[in-house]
Amino acid sequence: MRTEGIANTSCAVRARGITKSFDDVIALDEVDLDVAAGQIHGVVGPNGAGKTTMLGLLLGLAVADRGSLEILGTPVGRGHPVPDGVTGFVDGPGLYPALTARGNLVALAALRGSRARAAGIDEVLDQVGLTDVADDRVRGFSLGMRQRLGLAAALLTRPRLLVLDEPANGLDPAGKKHVHGVLTQLAADGATVVLSSHRMDDLEALCSEVTIITTGRVVFSGPLDKLADASRELDYRLLTSDQEATRLVAAGTDGVRVIDDAGTRSGREMVVVRALLPALDELVPRLVHAGIAVRELTPVISPLESAFLALTEQQSSR
Amino acid sequence: MTAIIAPSDAPAPGRVSLARGYRFELVKQFAQWRIRVLIGLCWIGPALAVIVVSRQGTLPSDTLFGREMHATGWAGALVVLSFAGSWLFPLLTSVVAGDVFSAEDRLGTWRHLLVAVRSPRLIFVAKALASLTVLQMCLPGLAVSGIAGGLVVGSRPLTGLDGHLLSPADAAGKLLLAWVCVLAPALAFAAIGLLASVIFGRSPIGLLLPAFAGLGMQMASQVLPMPAAVRLALPSFAFLSWNGLFTSPPMLGPLLTGIAVSLVWAVAATALVYVLFMRRDFTSVASDGSVRRAIIFGILPLLGVWALSAGVVAAATGATGSGIDASKLQQSLATSFGHLYRLQGQELYHMNVTEAQLRATASCTKGGGLVAQDGPGNDWRCSVYWHLPGVNNATGAAVYQLDVNANGRYVADGDGPNEVNGYFVVHASYGDAPNPLWQFDGLVNLLSATSKG
Repeated sequence: MRTEGIANTSCAVRARGITKSFDDVIALDEVDLDVAAGQIHGVVGPNGAGKTTMLGLLLGLAVADRGSLEILGTPVGRGHPVPDGVTGFVDGPGLYPALTARGNLVALAALRGSRARAAGIDEVLDQVGLTDVADDRVRGFSLGMRQRLGLAAALLTRPRLLVLDEPANGLDPAGKKHVHGVLTQLAADGATVVLSSHRMDDLEALCSEVTIITTGRVVFSGPLDKLADASRELDYRLLTSDQEATRLVAAGTDGVRVIDDAGTRSGREMVVVRALLPALDELVPRLVHAGIAVRELTPVISPLESAFLALTEQQSSR
Repeated sequence: MTAIIAPSDAPAPGRVSLARGYRFELVKQFAQWRIRVLIGLCWIGPALAVIVVSRQGTLPSDTLFGREMHATGWAGALVVLSFAGSWLFPLLTSVVAGDVFSAEDRLGTWRHLLVAVRSPRLIFVAKALASLTVLQMCLPGLAVSGIAGGLVVGSRPLTGLDGHLLSPADAAGKLLLAWVCVLAPALAFAAIGLLASVIFGRSPIGLLLPAFAGLGMQMASQVLPMPAAVRLALPSFAFLSWNGLFTSPPMLGPLLTGIAVSLVWAVAATALVYVLFMRRDFTSVASDGSVRRAIIFGILPLLGVWALSAGVVAAATGATGSGIDASKLQQSLATSFGHLYRLQGQELYHMNVTEAQLRATASCTKGGGLVAQDGPGNDWRCSVYWHLPGVNNATGAAVYQLDVNANGRYVADGDGPNEVNGYFVVHASYGDAPNPLWQFDGLVNLLSATSKG
């Protein structure tokens, strides 16, 4: 495991050697996790990696079999509940379809002892862009609307640590932008956000640090830019004025390999090459020198995603 | 973008108290249309049913007090109680208590609820109280509605289960007491509903189990040949044992035993639900339950409660047989006949005879004397004898065919002579009236010692 750039700032979450099993299945195996206060921290991993179990521990839904967990400076474990100020959802937001969006929030606010006005229900509905449907029953809501309402419900409790499982799941681009804005602002106001996602682009847009979990183990934890370092070969898609000539030039460039299964996009044939960045830097001038116009050069998958895949595949092949 | 955290002058959210958890559960319950419809039906349905049925030519004579629905509205209110005990209570508990935990499984809201409330114990108590509240809104509805319908039909005296007349005030008092008595078995069924809800999770079996349990207990207690103690050890018996209030003196033994047994079931099932709920792993999104889990944690423990209750009842009362024998039937039938003969005499001839003057006795045999002379069945045949008032040493005789239910209730069907019990209607001085001796309901005390002679 690599743990990069753990800041010496105050920790909202500090986990050491967390192990959690369900019968014979080890969901988390000696997991360490540090999340600085005021940070948006992503937890990412393939299906069944242990992300939801980790988030469940942070929300107090389960207790670790071994290891120590500190949340907002308070030890958490058997007989030591999660402190106030921790909220969120795993496996989708829990909403009652027979109630309206506002009704769900009013009931939740009343549960926590606040009146609707004091709890700021109108404000949080506005924050997540659901004011127009506030009095509609949740039964008719799309997945994205439910996600946003779940976020609104979490915001009602003025969280100091917000734990969200796939918050962008089912959101359209506008909804995603809305949610991203809310989370960014929440972190700017001092709250800590821990979220899981399958999508690296979501994490890239939101998180300063990520933890990659696979088969219950942490394989990386640290800043995103450390994850996407330049030391890894990536596949790049090349669209030029002469694809055949491009193949020849690429094949003759040191450190560049032409990938056979080149695809097409918008009806145009593409060349896909695999190379480190320095080799790519050499290839582009050579193409230009050969009179080939370079129209597009893009990674087939993002560097983050590539790093993620490399790390997770490496771990699962062990 | 504005700051998304609530204003700093807003009160900080506090720890969830039981009162808030309870209110939250109530909000969820009443947000469901079926709960609102159910409560509405409980408050309206019985009144309409009593009024409509009382005006029909054919009455539900199979139901206790059913054949009296033309005569008095109190009979209609009692028919509602009988019907509710047999069918409505198990159904109500199915819909309300049977769903209170499983609804969270169905909606996938357990984790949300636990994050918000933090205490499974508090969730358990809040849910149990909320479901009881809904049920307790239904039961008074059934009672009040049934009585209201009865009052529309008419508040006239009611013939009790031993033939004595109850004044409207007496009937009302006993009816209300009977409704209070059925709260105990209703609690037991609610606890069974909660148990089913926790064991089966989102599976619809949990929703149906209390109804099936009610049906199964009825079938078992009415069809299977089992000792009275075993029958009394089922909570369903207490839905019927209020019948004993309508005799004079009231049959308190079965009534109090039924209530005690029901409370034992309620406590045992609730404790079981609590243990299962507190041990549940909420990291699983939803529980679908399983037959094995249902048998181990639901059916076997409840069978144990049944066996234990039966043992205690048998030891305490000595009721190891069916509780029904010729001697008890003879005594009960003679008493009822005496009361009803007096009533018939008043209707027909303005004749004021007393039960003491009549000195009615009965002689019953089962299956023509070819089978054991005890137990339920429709093969009981009885002859009733009484002294004709004003005629020295003259004795009247009448024959009745008895259909005796395993719970001690019987229907006596007149089999002659015609002038005593052969006609459905008698011509009273004020017009035609139902013949009280033609067919009537009676009751034997399953727990009383056999009277000799």
